[in-house]
Amino acid sequence: MVTLRYEIEGGNFNLAGRASSQVKKVLKQLNIDSRLIKKIVVALYEGEVNIVAHAHRGVIEVAIKPDRVDMILTDKGPGIPDVEAAMREGFSTASQKVREMGFGAGMGLPNIKKNTDCLHIDTKVGSGTTLTMTKYFDHGEE
Amino acid sequence: MELEKVIQLLEARLVSGSIAGKRIDRGFCSDLMSDVLTIDTERIILITGMVNLQTIRTAEMADIQTILLVRNKKATPEMIRLAEESGITVIETPFSAFKTCGLLFTEGLKPVY
Repeated sequence: MVTLRYEIEGGNFNLAGRASSQVKKVLKQLNIDSRLIKKIVVALYEGEVNIVAHAHRGVIEVAIKPDRVDMILTDKGPGIPDVEAAMREGFSTASQKVREMGFGAGMGLPNIKKNTDCLHIDTKVGSGTTLTMTKYFDHGEE
Repeated sequence: MELEKVIQLLEARLVSGSIAGKRIDRGFCSDLMSDVLTIDTERIILITGMVNLQTIRTAEMADIQTILLVRNKKATPEMIRLAEESGITVIETPFSAFKTCGLLFTEGLKPVY
């Protein structure tokens, strides 16, 4: 098993995606199928951008196991007041600054769900959010 | 379509990576990186006027090998550095997104959907 951990700084778009990029490099080194890598890193990158866009800071923990990748993204931030709404395509609470970076179209969480096999959102308004997601290597692929 | 032809057609300039022998099958035009991340088609060219580091990061995550910057937008040195690290080809054209897409479509480049 390979475990990776990254500290994410809220608001710093210059560094957004660095953790996901590192994870992609490790997955490539482990010879994981490139289509699976894409799904994993797109989900992770969406989550990483969400932390940068909405939270004060966060931590990304990735565990690469023989049959799957487990990813836990924990942030200290505003939390999500309405998870059901946040899961709808097009719903967004992103700031103008975030939209100017090309994000905040309300596609993040739905896209994470599409690219992973399990997604659990644990959130508390005014405290923060934890996303727990899993992608299996031999599951749900055509 | 050969990237060499894209450069010729769009009076474009290569600023990162190489075009030798490279081909693209489809094009996707968007300034919204959120939408780009939903694409799972291979060998596409991303046509965009969004110029920041996240354009390169998005391409890296979505396995997009070629980015075409329209409206005479210039890639920043940081973008070029990251694109080179990630093996991404970046091209700049003075043409608008509309004209760029029109020319590429007319020449047979297919849309993603």
